[in-house]
Amino acid sequence: MANRRAPAAAVRHGSLDGLLASREIIVACGPGGVGKTTTAAAAAAMAAAHGGGKVLVLTVDPARRLADALGLEGIGNTERRVPDEAFASAGIKPRGELYAAMLDTKESWDALIRHHAPDERTRDEILANPLYRNISGRFVQSHDYIAMERLFEIHAEGAYDLIVVDTPPTRNALDFLDAPERMADFFSSRLLRWLIVPYRSRLVNFASRPFYQVADRILGTQFLADIAEFFILFQTMYDGFVERARSVQRLLADRRTSFIVVSTLETVPLREAEYFAQAISERKLHLGAIVLNKVLPAYLRDPKGADVAEQLRDRSEEIAGTIATELAGAEPAQIRRVLAEIGQNYMDYRIVAQSEAEKQAELSTAAETLVSIPYFETDVHDFAGLMRLGAGLWDE
Amino acid sequence: MVGLLDRRLVFVTGKGGVGKTTVAAALALFASEHGRRTLLCEVDAKGDVASFLESGPTSFTAHEALPQLWAMSMDTEASLREYLRLNLRIPVVGRIGPLAKAFDFVATAAPGVREILTVGKLCYEVREKHYDLVVVDAPATGHIVGQLTAPQAINELVKVGLIRSQTDWMLDILSDPQQTALAIVTTPEEMPVNETIELAERVGKETTVELASVIVNRVLPELFGRSEEEVFDQLCRKTTTAELERLVGEDPSPVLDAARLAVTLRRTHAGHLERLRSAIDTSVPMLYLPFLFARYHGLRSIRQVARSLGEELGF
Repeated sequence: MANRRAPAAAVRHGSLDGLLASREIIVACGPGGVGKTTTAAAAAAMAAAHGGGKVLVLTVDPARRLADALGLEGIGNTERRVPDEAFASAGIKPRGELYAAMLDTKESWDALIRHHAPDERTRDEILANPLYRNISGRFVQSHDYIAMERLFEIHAEGAYDLIVVDTPPTRNALDFLDAPERMADFFSSRLLRWLIVPYRSRLVNFASRPFYQVADRILGTQFLADIAEFFILFQTMYDGFVERARSVQRLLADRRTSFIVVSTLETVPLREAEYFAQAISERKLHLGAIVLNKVLPAYLRDPKGADVAEQLRDRSEEIAGTIATELAGAEPAQIRRVLAEIGQNYMDYRIVAQSEAEKQAELSTAAETLVSIPYFETDVHDFAGLMRLGAGLWDE
Repeated sequence: MVGLLDRRLVFVTGKGGVGKTTVAAALALFASEHGRRTLLCEVDAKGDVASFLESGPTSFTAHEALPQLWAMSMDTEASLREYLRLNLRIPVVGRIGPLAKAFDFVATAAPGVREILTVGKLCYEVREKHYDLVVVDAPATGHIVGQLTAPQAINELVKVGLIRSQTDWMLDILSDPQQTALAIVTTPEEMPVNETIELAERVGKETTVELASVIVNRVLPELFGRSEEEVFDQLCRKTTTAELERLVGEDPSPVLDAARLAVTLRRTHAGHLERLRSAIDTSVPMLYLPFLFARYHGLRSIRQVARSLGEELGF
């Protein structure tokens, strides 16, 4: 037993304070349900409290609870200052200022159209196009790109020293990185020309006729007309869009920006986290840290603990008999059950804790820094809770 | 209400991280073990179904992963090819040009295309009676409504044409509670419970699909009742702890701390479960699945979950 490797010792305990102090943008990625949004908010709050400067947390997850924890009733698309009273409630006098904003996809798309549209008429026609309204409002994929677009805009305005962004919990959350290429493909594709030609010239040329007939059979004329109108209008903004997307891409690849992957040590989220870490590295972006949330306490892996637990479980009757005199009004049978239960409970949790520690050790090669946040028995529901979680990210 | 296993098409959704795929796989496994030819379809093709069933990678063409249990993953482009071939007798390649590129373009440009091709394929399998039951490892809570309402959305957008007439029969299947159901998976934690309550409301208001069950995954065991908890509190007193240490020869505090952790977690969870139960319509059954203290999550744990699910379903 003595020479058995303690898994925790192999893992370097890291913190985010270096990243938070030196970068201008931190992008938090990762699977859903691991506390990504809360972690992003906690990181920003810690940076504002201890690092100083103006810090913004930009979230895409419409979580009311986060707004509550930040002391803001319904944060919106525009940034709002988190009141110092929120910090005071956690017993902290912040060095800097904390701001929060939540992404409103539809509003952001509209703002983008207003920015790029060549004239008022085009602008109004796009905003009224049924296809556009569907893309910007109803369907979620448009989140990814617009989040980064908004980030770019806020960063360019230069009001903040640090922006912490939370991304949607989907795999294609990283697709925005390929946006310029995809957009260029989009607008130069032959298909688009085929679609648009009949509407533009009212003349179906020989090459596109078979395609057009098929498309018409499947989609119906009105829908095709909507698509065509949408793209004819959009083409006027093409150059602006692609250039803007390239700028966004450059900003994200810059060393000013660092990505963190947030996960728990459960099997499925962890597999996702590894995917994200790999995708970030492949795109030559900076993976600053992997943050592991809800890590079970180390005492669950204590070999002596296991020894005690087994004795309590297996010798419960004998031990209960001996200590019965110490406990007022308890039946030995009751004590025996309690001892057996807590012994078994320890052994149950130990299995999970050991499996997690091993996975954590395996991860230590994936990123420069591995940060772990302990498992809290209660949920984060106020600013003090957020700061308590943030303490796990900070090396002080 | 019609039992889950007696439907033809069951969508399983839930907030990310609650074990949605695990429960979908367990439900499909249980159904297949009870005589249903079952298809399990992973919509968000991340390969989780394949790793849980331990039967090799899944693709658009279903393969029999276990006896009576077929597995597939959704591929909307393949779904389009199949649709064109079956319904329009259009050759897959040929005069329409490079379909793959074109598809990516149209799917991104025309909203709901991916969604309709997904729902369309699933409804098609139901209509053609290829299986007794189709279990869908559906998109997470944030996307499921968009998925289920895609036929309606397309109906509003496309006024005429083949797609329009195609969505009508899909809507018939989706709206029929004898055939189609939605199950929401959650854990007894704050955020998953919040999302489940919100989703249940939206499903009722915005979709025509019946919410047939809320499945609570990872319910922690109750260590002891109230009077036993008093005994435990006494055990934690310094003098008793010292006596325990003398008896077992080691410091018992890790074991006591672990028990305290378990009791606190269980209590926090119980509060969320109460909130959930009171917010969900009483006609919707809630099923409870225990937390698995396991080393790894694969077929072995799916079998365990399937057993628990079977007990909850009254088998």
